[in-house]
Amino acid sequence: MNWEIVMGLEVHLQLATQSKIFSGSSTQFGASPNVQADAVDLGMPGMLPVLNEEAVRHAVTFGLGIGARIGHRSVFDRKNYFYPDLPKGYQVSQFFAPIVCEGIFEVPLENGSLYPIRITRAHLEEDAGKSVHDEFAHETGIDLNRAGTPLLEIVTEPDFRSAEQAVAYLKALHSLVTYLGISDGNMAEGSMRCDINISLRKKGSDELGTRTEIKNVNSFRFVERAIYSEYERQAEILESGGAITQETRLYDADRDTTRSMRSKEVANDYRYFPEPDLLPIVIDEAYIDAVRQSLPELPTAKRERFLAEYGVSEYAASLLVPNHDMADYFESVAKASGASKLAANLILGDLTAALNRHELSITESPVSAERLGGLVSRVEDGTLSSKLAKQVFDALWEGEGDADQIIAARGLKQVSDSSALEAMVTEVIANNPDQVAQYIAADEAKRKKLSGFFVGQIMKASKGQANPQMINQLLLEKLESQS
Amino acid sequence: MAENALLTAPVSKLKQLLLDRTVSSEELTEAYLAQIAAENASLNAVVTVCAEEALASARNADAQIARGTTRSLTGIPLLHKDIFCTEGVRTTCGSRMLESFVPAYDATVVTKMKAEGAVMLGKCNMDEFAMGSSNETSFFGPVRNPWDLSCVPGGSSGGSAAALASGMAPLVTGTDTGGSIRQPASLCGVTGLKPTYGRVSRLGIIAFASSLDQAGPMARTAEDCALALTAMSGIDPGDSTSADIPVPDFHSALSTDVNGLRIGLPREYFNDDLDSRVRENVMAALAELERAGAILHDVDLPHSHFAIATYYVIAPAEASANLARYDGVRFGYRCDAPADLEDLYQRSRSEGFGEEVQRRILVGTYALSAGFYDAYFNKAQQVRRIITEDFQRAFEQVDVIACPAAPGVAFPFGSKQQDPIAMYMEDIYTLAVNLAGLPGLSTPAGLIDGMPVGLQLIGKPFDEQTILNAAFRLQNDTDWHLACPDLASLSS
Amino acid sequence: MSVTPQDVEKVALLASLAISESDLPEVTERFSRVLNLVDELNTIDTESVTPMSNPHDMEQRLRPDIVTCEDNREALMASAPAQEQGYFLVPKVID
Repeated sequence: MNWEIVMGLEVHLQLATQSKIFSGSSTQFGASPNVQADAVDLGMPGMLPVLNEEAVRHAVTFGLGIGARIGHRSVFDRKNYFYPDLPKGYQVSQFFAPIVCEGIFEVPLENGSLYPIRITRAHLEEDAGKSVHDEFAHETGIDLNRAGTPLLEIVTEPDFRSAEQAVAYLKALHSLVTYLGISDGNMAEGSMRCDINISLRKKGSDELGTRTEIKNVNSFRFVERAIYSEYERQAEILESGGAITQETRLYDADRDTTRSMRSKEVANDYRYFPEPDLLPIVIDEAYIDAVRQSLPELPTAKRERFLAEYGVSEYAASLLVPNHDMADYFESVAKASGASKLAANLILGDLTAALNRHELSITESPVSAERLGGLVSRVEDGTLSSKLAKQVFDALWEGEGDADQIIAARGLKQVSDSSALEAMVTEVIANNPDQVAQYIAADEAKRKKLSGFFVGQIMKASKGQANPQMINQLLLEKLESQS
Repeated sequence: MAENALLTAPVSKLKQLLLDRTVSSEELTEAYLAQIAAENASLNAVVTVCAEEALASARNADAQIARGTTRSLTGIPLLHKDIFCTEGVRTTCGSRMLESFVPAYDATVVTKMKAEGAVMLGKCNMDEFAMGSSNETSFFGPVRNPWDLSCVPGGSSGGSAAALASGMAPLVTGTDTGGSIRQPASLCGVTGLKPTYGRVSRLGIIAFASSLDQAGPMARTAEDCALALTAMSGIDPGDSTSADIPVPDFHSALSTDVNGLRIGLPREYFNDDLDSRVRENVMAALAELERAGAILHDVDLPHSHFAIATYYVIAPAEASANLARYDGVRFGYRCDAPADLEDLYQRSRSEGFGEEVQRRILVGTYALSAGFYDAYFNKAQQVRRIITEDFQRAFEQVDVIACPAAPGVAFPFGSKQQDPIAMYMEDIYTLAVNLAGLPGLSTPAGLIDGMPVGLQLIGKPFDEQTILNAAFRLQNDTDWHLACPDLASLSS
Repeated sequence: MSVTPQDVEKVALLASLAISESDLPEVTERFSRVLNLVDELNTIDTESVTPMSNPHDMEQRLRPDIVTCEDNREALMASAPAQEQGYFLVPKVID
């Protein structure tokens, strides 16, 4: 039987704010338990929420970033359920009237095409705290530092038909929100968490099957694996004539399976009603215009510009653009050197390899864009061969100064002085009469191969500093004159 | 001045005595603390007394008086309803759930009263989580009415009203979600004001129903209420629902001029269901105002009989969520040795909350649950608007609406406790005011068989001044507000 | 509208309240009486009436994004019924 997978995604995005959505507590990650939870976050008696303006601005920024309709009058609602990490016994969310309404998000796929995903809505809500299960033998510890962190929940229509599309969407979304500066996008710290609604149906069918929801998947890789694993599970049940139970499941990365979440089964009646402690958020056109004016260049536009302005390949653009910092770095190097293609090659080659090796992000690179630009310039003007460039790059990485200083200190300058090179060529020819004889006797094809021997000898003698193009030229002239 | 006269003097008089240095704040504070010590055993109006802190702040007030740096309430003793969070002072909300809860913060009202120099004597008993109209639902036992110890003081601010009427403080605070200031004020013969929703910050007040709750003062006179209201009011950045509307100095703007004041009498309230003796007293009070130049009109509030049904959906629904935080995890009562999480929740809540609170949580939960939201909660919110629009139309014709504050006088303990509906009917004249967010006050309108009755005056949104002025004039022309229970007979 | 004991138990579960078997009949009866009271709402036409959540037509005010709270854990957790190492404790939870 052939099954088609149908998925919708709900992404919980932590918005980059200093303070929480409804209180003045810090949102910083990693503090000791409960020191960043004030009376509001703890749901203490008599405490009231007051809305953070930055959270609203970020939400509107996102909405405009995907060209969605902004809710002119959005309302907070209470979502009621009991759980120890939910201090008030309700989560303040937006159910009836979200701040961001329908929109379309165009996801670039690997083949360069755009895949449109319908965004149903995006709404503001507060994050819950954290349950700590392994700290105590017989109890669960509750840390409410995260409670009240502003979230934007971004909900799509069931438009995904493959794990690849889902991951491409998440990557594009990650890229967009970091471009917009509304989230740090730090997935390891839970800044972007994904719920996946999955159902299967027979290929060609229009009906939706019963779905399950996989909660809180927090890496691209796990999303992909969770989808595969849940697909297998559902397909197996359906093929043996069974029925899917609508339920919430959790992806267990260690076992690479999903399992039912007991705790979420009890109460599914959230009894949403308008939060009486907060009033409607009214957003007028002037506010929307102001936010629109402040939008940065977005990934799709940047990609187009990189292709046109810098002449980089589609492939290079697809690697440079998604990470905003990487794109900025590239532009700085390209501008400093005036050699954009070379800059892209060096960044995506030696630099990326070194960063990966040391597990560093582009912003942590020990080689500044300015210094890398200096290196690119020296390759571009012929001072350095690609081989020498690698040596200089390594020295830059080790902090031995800028490219010119390293070239001078190590005497790495490529020898392009024709009289010096001519002397070298003459010497090699004189020292290798047998090879010269073979060359003269050979046909055109073989000659090419034999000339490599002479080049190698010369490079060896020059410690790699001879300009290969010039050597080739001189060698050819000399050998031709012998025959 | 005799001790007893001090205990029944209004704040305006006490202020004068303090400024004249006829009496010190410390002496005043000692007198009221002594009265609490003497009478609370029989009345049970106060649940927590802060004698030392009170005396310390009284001495501080005396120093300010000596320096001439006084504020509007410097040195005036005050009791807060135990629904206002007080930093370092136990705040119970009348519930076992919060029997030993000590907040780390003050409610904005508490902060403001402190800033005005008031001296907090302690905290008043109340119906559990402000749910009740008789003060019989308090975990700390019922409050007795100083006019008749076998009767209830009304509720939920019954402890505040009884404490005030019995001379334990010249000024008390209350909260009013459906009548909880006005009905006990009526039953205890004092003046109680529920301000416009949004006039007074709700921050630090333990929530019952967020869209209805409003704090206000209870005092011996309308003048004192004006003084206290000015001190309590104002926009609070910590309460999103507090109104960004200027606060007049209600006290200095007080006027006895009611000439031409149009007072509306809703036909739906002055109907055959109204107790004839209550009607007599209320009409007598209105006749006084008429004599002073006010004009009485009939008005219509055609949907007023829907107020009870509307209220008993909206208030429990909001309460069901507001009270979900009491789960035995971060503060409050926690059951013994919970077997698991579910057991922790269910037993902590069932053991920590009383019957009426649990009933309202159940009703509210039901009204919001799947399949019933539209029929109950959404419907009630629609009717709420219809009721509000009734008032808006009526206020096109009149400046003030008048009616009883309660359907009768104080009733004996236990007489309505078995029937929730009979108890809910205690608030038939007050609920609609909360639904519409209007200001309302109760001012004494004489006695029936020795028990007080209140006249309710309802104003336009944020127009507390007009109803204060009407009450001020009434109290100027009559002495109903001066009637006191026989304090000497209380403890005997 | 009257409710059955089963309805009440269902609602009690949502509200995390335990009702003993012996109390259930009386709770159900009183619950039904309150529902009968509020059922009066069904007799009024509210077609096209906008629900009213708040007495005044005000808008939400916004707070500047500034951290204003210092660590006040000790005072805030002073009333916690069970705590250790800065955590609130609950019986072991299995997700």
